Amino acid sequence: MVKKVNILSEEEKILSILEKVYDPEVPVLSVPDLGIIRKIDFENGSPVITVTTTYSGCPATEVINNDIRMAFLEHGYNNIIIKNQLSPPWTTEWMSEAGKRKLKEYGIAPPDKKFSVPKDGIECPRCNSINTTLISEFGSTACKALYRCNDCKEPFDYFKCH
Amino acid sequence: MVNQSTDQLINYTLHLADNTLILAQRNSEWCGHGPVLEQDIAITNISLDLLGQARNFYQYAAVLLGNGSAEDSLAYLRSEREFKNCLLLELPKGDWAQTILRQFLFSQFQFLLFSKLQNSNQDEQLAAIAAKSLKEVTYHLRWSSEWMIRLGDGTEESNSRVRNAIEELWRYTGELFEPSDYELQLAAEGTGVDVSKLKDEWLNKVKEVFTKATLDIPENIFMQTGGKNGIHTEHLGFILTELQYMQRTYPGAKW
Repeated sequence: MVKKVNILSEEEKILSILEKVYDPEVPVLSVPDLGIIRKIDFENGSPVITVTTTYSGCPATEVINNDIRMAFLEHGYNNIIIKNQLSPPWTTEWMSEAGKRKLKEYGIAPPDKKFSVPKDGIECPRCNSINTTLISEFGSTACKALYRCNDCKEPFDYFKCH
Repeated sequence: MVNQSTDQLINYTLHLADNTLILAQRNSEWCGHGPVLEQDIAITNISLDLLGQARNFYQYAAVLLGNGSAEDSLAYLRSEREFKNCLLLELPKGDWAQTILRQFLFSQFQFLLFSKLQNSNQDEQLAAIAAKSLKEVTYHLRWSSEWMIRLGDGTEESNSRVRNAIEELWRYTGELFEPSDYELQLAAEGTGVDVSKLKDEWLNKVKEVFTKATLDIPENIFMQTGGKNGIHTEHLGFILTELQYMQRTYPGAKW
């Protein structure tokens, strides 16, 4: 009998480690879900991970970089290099579909291109009503706007298109 | 060895960094003091975006300097005369009307500046920072425009406050469009933006919002300048005292 083994390529291994690193502000989204991983390369055998930050002033950036380092240390990678890439600027278009689904399950309305400028009517992540009101374009973090559902009466965050 | 051209690029980058750092610091004074919770969060979010932009510019300036400077030493260890921010940005936050007006006037300026700077084909890094910042500035401009209309076309009280703010701040807007030596040189090289050419469009956009807000643009106002060359109002010293306190008192402190 032949035992089945999965042999992951080195790049897949790196990605599987990154999938366990979460955004500290939205702890259901992994960094690949968030769409901030631009490239995985290797230099002299060490992984080089190119990251694009979300908003210029996002305080999670440094925490994420540290968390990435820690995750790789746990897997025996002592010498990873994290490069920051500014251009092209990060966009919510890079967020994965799985990420958007997880956001909704977590209670945050995912980015919706019809609402690139936040206005009333974003679907409530709890009861799916579109009878919702924009309270403020700035929510608990720079990337979110604040809403209220007029049907289930719950306030909720909307992850803005960026 | 830093040649003269790099010198001017460093000055230009520091000017852009100082503009955003000083306004970030001013806006952050609202933290916990905003008129309502949502607006407290909004102005401090804007402050955070500006701080992030400042960090990107300082990091780039540090690379250009190549003398062991870092973003922290550039923000915390330079003195008043070395700061190159426009005077408008260092003035006290005033009341909510004054904070909103300044944010609106500056966001409109940044919007035009970064729209051009993002296409700089001579300097990829400045172009990249501009492109990234522009997305954030677009929100700031929309938010502050809405507030201008709400205040101007609001109650007698809000209208008189925003009129007072215009009277207070307008004389500092001329400096935005009066290029310094380093801006002129960078514009001539195609790296930077000629700010004098942004003035007409800026004025038209400001007028549009002022009209909706039932406000008038002041005319024939004497314009104060100097910040771009390190000649500041007395207010900058007070900001730096607070901003730099920890590094001045405990040099090299880390946490």
